[in-house]
Amino acid sequence: MSRIETDTVFVRRDFLEPEAPPASLGGFPGWARKNLFSSPLNIVVSLAMLFLLVWFIPPLFKWLFVDAVWTGDNRDACLPKGDETVGACWAFINAKAAQFTFGSYPADERWRPALVMIAFFAGLFWIAVPKMPRRREGVWLMLTVFPVATFWLLYGGFGLPIVETSNWGGLLVTLVVAITGIVASLPLGILLALGRRSKLPFIKIVSVVFIEIWRGVPLITVLFMASVMLPLFLPTGVNFDKLLRALIGVALFTGAYMAETIRGGLQAIPKGQYEGAASLGLGYWQSMRLIILPQALKIVIPGIVNSFISLFKDTSLVMIIGLYDLLGSIQRNFSDANWSTPSIAPTGLIFAAAVFWVFCFSMSRYSMYMERKLNTGHKR
Amino acid sequence: MTLRDKTADETPRSWVRAVLYDATIRGWVFQGLVLLGLILFAIWVIHNTAANLRAANIPFGFDFLNMRAGFDISQKPIDYTLDSSHAQAFKVGLLNTIIVSVLGIILATIVGFVVGISRLSSNWLLARAATVYIETLRNVPLLLQLLFWYKAVLSVLPGPRQGYALPFSINLSNRGLTMPRPIAGDGFEFVMWSVPVAVALAWAVARWARNRQATTGQSFPVFRASLGIVIGLPLVIFLALGAPLSFEIPELKGFNFAGGMVVHPELIAMLLGISLYTATFIAETVRAGILAVSAGQSEAAFSLGLRPRQTMRLIVVPQAMRVIIPPLTSQYLNLTKNSSLALAIGYPDLVAVFAGSTLNITGHAIEVIAITMAVYLALSLITAALMNWFNARVALVER
Amino acid sequence: MRSNTFKTLLLGAAFIGAGAVAASAGTLDEVKAKGFVQCGVNGAGLAGFGAPDDAGNWTGLDVDACRAVAAAVFGDPSKVKYTGLSAKERFTALQSKEIDMLARNSTNTMSRDTQLGITFTGVNYYDGQGFMVKKALGVSSAKDLNGASVCVQSGTTTELNLADYFKSNGMTFNAVVFEKQEEADAAYDAGRCDAYTTDASGLYSIRLKMTNPDDSIVLPEIISKEPLGPAVRQGDDQWESIVRWSHYAMLIAEEFGVTQANVDEMKTSENPEVQRLLGVGEGVDFGTPIGLTKDWAYNIIKGVGNYGESFERNVGEGSPLKIARGLNALWTKGGLQYAPPIR
Repeated sequence: MSRIETDTVFVRRDFLEPEAPPASLGGFPGWARKNLFSSPLNIVVSLAMLFLLVWFIPPLFKWLFVDAVWTGDNRDACLPKGDETVGACWAFINAKAAQFTFGSYPADERWRPALVMIAFFAGLFWIAVPKMPRRREGVWLMLTVFPVATFWLLYGGFGLPIVETSNWGGLLVTLVVAITGIVASLPLGILLALGRRSKLPFIKIVSVVFIEIWRGVPLITVLFMASVMLPLFLPTGVNFDKLLRALIGVALFTGAYMAETIRGGLQAIPKGQYEGAASLGLGYWQSMRLIILPQALKIVIPGIVNSFISLFKDTSLVMIIGLYDLLGSIQRNFSDANWSTPSIAPTGLIFAAAVFWVFCFSMSRYSMYMERKLNTGHKR
Repeated sequence: MTLRDKTADETPRSWVRAVLYDATIRGWVFQGLVLLGLILFAIWVIHNTAANLRAANIPFGFDFLNMRAGFDISQKPIDYTLDSSHAQAFKVGLLNTIIVSVLGIILATIVGFVVGISRLSSNWLLARAATVYIETLRNVPLLLQLLFWYKAVLSVLPGPRQGYALPFSINLSNRGLTMPRPIAGDGFEFVMWSVPVAVALAWAVARWARNRQATTGQSFPVFRASLGIVIGLPLVIFLALGAPLSFEIPELKGFNFAGGMVVHPELIAMLLGISLYTATFIAETVRAGILAVSAGQSEAAFSLGLRPRQTMRLIVVPQAMRVIIPPLTSQYLNLTKNSSLALAIGYPDLVAVFAGSTLNITGHAIEVIAITMAVYLALSLITAALMNWFNARVALVER
Repeated sequence: MRSNTFKTLLLGAAFIGAGAVAASAGTLDEVKAKGFVQCGVNGAGLAGFGAPDDAGNWTGLDVDACRAVAAAVFGDPSKVKYTGLSAKERFTALQSKEIDMLARNSTNTMSRDTQLGITFTGVNYYDGQGFMVKKALGVSSAKDLNGASVCVQSGTTTELNLADYFKSNGMTFNAVVFEKQEEADAAYDAGRCDAYTTDASGLYSIRLKMTNPDDSIVLPEIISKEPLGPAVRQGDDQWESIVRWSHYAMLIAEEFGVTQANVDEMKTSENPEVQRLLGVGEGVDFGTPIGLTKDWAYNIIKGVGNYGESFERNVGEGSPLKIARGLNALWTKGGLQYAPPIR
């Protein structure tokens, strides 16, 4: 056993600088090798995707921006002259922007829907962002004062000139239908969901039948029913306006879907909560109101937002029964003799798609965010 | 304490209270009130409707179904002429709805599974492309997409005289995809009958193979054998009978192609729109289903010596399907219901033909809408029942 | 539970549904009580007949029919509210009292007049169904359309006439049917169909909306009789008379040269027919018996003009449509427009 000479021993006192990885593994080449070209199949797929992108993106970009017409007062601006190719006709959107937003709402009164929209988005921000103060009061304000004020501002009366709903249009109608639909469907959905889980056999049957009928038929037939049949169901001479009829159809339809969403929430509440409420001597309605529903509704917020996204997209169907929502008023203007050129239809549809997409995508992100937030809160 | 209270309060009033606060009795009273309200409401509606119809002098009834329809329908899967009845028009519309739904479901399932799996791919580009596709299309209304595809199809395709000629006398133009129509000759029915026979045979083979594997452990290439039987048997009979099948070749006559079969541009746009839209939802379902199967399952399968393909087929897919099928059912139902948007782009589905032309011509709004809704309800219930049956078969059997 | 919610909804709806009116009274009383005529017009907008501009103001020949009734009832042609209707909704809207009169280029046919609970009050435009084709096809007659694809709007008499015409001429065709007129227009414009069919008046108005209006021509054949006119509910004879005679008053005014511009001078006319029309002179009062005032026709002409003026302004030379009077000339000029005398 030899003794180690202390003076020949080398003891490193500090760490070595890490070596750069081999060129083939580091940086972009390394990343590409791992994520794009890891196997023969992946190489083929990646090349095919690259080819698709090159084939698809530059012409789209060119059509949307480079060749697009941004200004102009009529169709001449967007008509191809000579060999020149004309892309998107944004001048058309620009000229019709007010109509796409408010329909044929009188120009002097357009501040009213504008104010409502601003108030709505401000209110929504207030109650949707968890960090805002006094959100509970915000919810009450949005559910009580806001609808009344909105109705007054949009329809008129009490000093404001009346604007018939037949003059409403564009994004305004889209928002009115979607928001009224979701708000009206909430109480209906809660009642139906409670009814479906009720121990009373008759109530249960009625709820199940009601829910399954509405969920089993397409919205378009419901809207046809609302627009063609509903007038016949009411006493002779009692009528309501076309928009209101569509709203009733939408609310009943959405109510059935909402009921299923809320039922999911009710089922997720542990049995102990029901038993706990009962042991405190609370009656059915008290335990629902104070114990079960507050918890269940909180769980289903993402589900409600998802229902709202579907409803928001479905509002475009009202154009089939002759209401001019965003898509309807855009489509109606395709046949405006002042503007009819080959490029306005794709431009209009892409514009409408972009507007719908922004709304739906941001809502879906919000719903995912809430889901994550609520998930952590409920972990046991 | 309570006992004494009870004895002390033995008065008629407490008896009334006991009844009033009895949950069962209250429940029945409540139900009775709801029932009464519903009946009153129904009577009110029926009374109003009857009064309105009487005042407007509109007869109620289903006789109009036997009247001559007198309008043309562009896509006629069964015999339909101008002299056919509204009932026949109803059948044509219903079949067209079923055609677009079934084809749409098949396409959406294929695209949805491919995209859903792509989104989980290790290939960054493919996964991102799948994500972008899903997030773009699922957040735009289907109606808008249908209008877009219809315009796109019409503007991309040339007129019938300049149409793209494809092999086998197939031609693609803005009048649709025209192709030869097969005409069955003598004895073709034997070929048709051989198909169910072959299917039964394949099933028997699969059963035998399973039993053999269970007893002896020897495996048998069931899939290839079944495929061979199902394709081979009809083919052999077909050839043995001397190929009793001829084709009617479409010809360009005047404005359009005459003869042959046509897939109209409306159907093409419908299928593009509806399947690409529904596929985004199916893709998300598939992704969730695959993610739900924990990695340990695959690792355990590998350690048992199963090959990757076998692992996928025997371990991962059956478990993923359990998660996938219930939401997949509702996507199929949605697709069927969404096919009613066809009327916006002129595809003659049930709503366009029956709740469109027939309703407008006969004016029988209540009857027509009620029939239409009943049909969709029935379609939904049938699809749901079939998928529930399938789901019950693949569901976890708890022992 | 469900019914409660539903009733609450309905009640709330009826409460805000400002259109709620009492039943049982005659249409005229109801109209007077609410202060305006609710008129059903073409919701998709048919230029020249009924179409809103960007600000929602309606103009057109059918719109003038509504304005004439408002002028007769209130002395003010602007007291009209319009309900845009699709082909599907129009008759139900009238039956269910959603509107007081329908002026939506609707063809008078026997079944509609007798089975739908409505009555047509006259013909404000004699139309006929025609075809429009692309010039490039080189077609000059509808008889050459054998095998053609034809775009058509669903639920109209047009759809049925089209089928009858091809059948009776032994020709085949393929109908591409659209729920809405806009969609049919767009599909024809995109080349989906060889021909487009609707009422000839509509063809001219739709041609203007094409990407290249000059690429299409309207074929000479008229394949059907399409007498378009306003309609009211059956069973209210007084209201029916008012709507019918509002149209006649405009015709009589044209016949005797009474125009919007000279109607005040014409009040001094010696012509007894003109005097009876304008309600001038002792005991000349044809308005009160039908619930109007004695100067009802004066108000129509003052507010809307005579039939000829309305025609020229909306569909004739004074409009982009430039449709000739043709069948719609007065009977004195070889047309079909003829009004019974006021006596």
